[in-house]
Amino acid sequence: MNDKIIIETRGLCKYYKGGEIKALDMVDTKIKQGEVVVVIGPSGSGKSTYLRSLNRLEEPTGGQIFFEDVDICDAKNDINLTRRKMGMVFQQFNLFPHMTILKNLTLAPMKLLKMEKGEAEEKALALLDRVGLKDRAGAYPAQLSGGQKQRVAIVRALMMSPDVMLFDEPTSALDPEMVGEVLSVMKQLAEEGMTMVVVTHEMGFAREVADRILFMADGQIKEIGTPEEIFANPKHPQTQQFLKSIL
Amino acid sequence: MPEWILKLAKDFSTAFIVDNRWKYIVEGIQNTLILTFFALILGVVFGIIVAGIRTTYDKQYHEMRPSFAKALLSIGNAISRVYLTVIRGTPAMVQILIIFFIIMASSDNKMLCGIIAFGINSGAYVAEIIRGGIMSIDVGQTEAGRSLGLNYMQTMWFIVLPQTFKNILPALANEFIVLLKETAIAGYVGVTDLTRGANIIRGITYQSFWPLMAIAAIYLIMVLFFTWLVDVLERRLRKSER
Repeated sequence: MNDKIIIETRGLCKYYKGGEIKALDMVDTKIKQGEVVVVIGPSGSGKSTYLRSLNRLEEPTGGQIFFEDVDICDAKNDINLTRRKMGMVFQQFNLFPHMTILKNLTLAPMKLLKMEKGEAEEKALALLDRVGLKDRAGAYPAQLSGGQKQRVAIVRALMMSPDVMLFDEPTSALDPEMVGEVLSVMKQLAEEGMTMVVVTHEMGFAREVADRILFMADGQIKEIGTPEEIFANPKHPQTQQFLKSIL
Repeated sequence: MPEWILKLAKDFSTAFIVDNRWKYIVEGIQNTLILTFFALILGVVFGIIVAGIRTTYDKQYHEMRPSFAKALLSIGNAISRVYLTVIRGTPAMVQILIIFFIIMASSDNKMLCGIIAFGINSGAYVAEIIRGGIMSIDVGQTEAGRSLGLNYMQTMWFIVLPQTFKNILPALANEFIVLLKETAIAGYVGVTDLTRGANIIRGITYQSFWPLMAIAAIYLIMVLFFTWLVDVLERRLRKSER
């Protein structure tokens, strides 16, 4: 990890009903290159909205988002180019059911990076091998278990060689016995130096892998700290209450 | 042999054999199929355009920055809504008469008028089928595509529409069958379709039984054939799912 800021939000807001509901309320964050940031908080705290704003799947109503020093909300910025560098993994996997695993993986690099079919498939198989799914390349998503689907989804995002990976509750839709296999892939990714922003309820993962933890509530960042600080010595009353309720 | 059988046989001969009257039926089948086929193509083209405008408007309009494209989309959406309302709110028969006697009154090509009239009519129904199909695809599919960096059109084309097509195939097939049967009214503006063929024979021979029974059977056989064809296609498409 170095000190280069890769993502920065300034005064990020997401209001609904003209400000009546504040999903995000003046969120200032900085994420450094190679850092693993885990976002925790009670449901409805805005953590998913925060994550989804980072690649503008959720359109902010105010504030700025800088990705690699570019204001990605600026009208001149092509968000599609930005998104190529920000991989995203969803709670519901969102694999493309009408395509084989291999096609799921090669579609975007072939269409967007103009990668040759052979090259893309080679890369896909190499990555699949790393998550232990090389033999499933020809299968359709419906033939895979939840844990397998999510590992494929992670590989799909990695196919674009992103600079950042965003995880939106990647294990929340999984049966308990499958959570481990997905987390271990994520952990491996973190060890390789990938910049990651992870929204999760897996406190074990947060404690073990995170460099920093953001605690959110009511659309605001209430507390930021290392896992030791947050888990051992939470300062904000809402953090204390949240941790007490889940641990 | 009972007398009524002999009479039926004689009537059959009068209806179809004498003067090669079966040719009216054969020509009618041809024209009905041509009319249905091209009207369907036109309908699908209209349907895709209108559904495309409507869904793009619903999904994208509020996120678009003010621009010429946005204004164009807004106008396109308004036109589409009027089109859908008018076509679905008036009888097909009336629409055909309007196309034939007002809008294309100067054209001699009855078949072309028929194709355009039925194409425009069918397009409205196809548009709503396609739009419903697109809307039924989980928004997560679009998000996954967009998060990879695919633009709206690419996401639609590679991810949403292929899934949509599979889902709407039964409804689309149904629309095709409705269209096939509905072309029976084309005879009113002079297209010599199957129904018109039977009516011509009725006019010549003063007999109704055989011509009408024959075309009813032919319509039924055509519908059964296309239903079977769609079943085969549907099964093929489903195979990839599990």
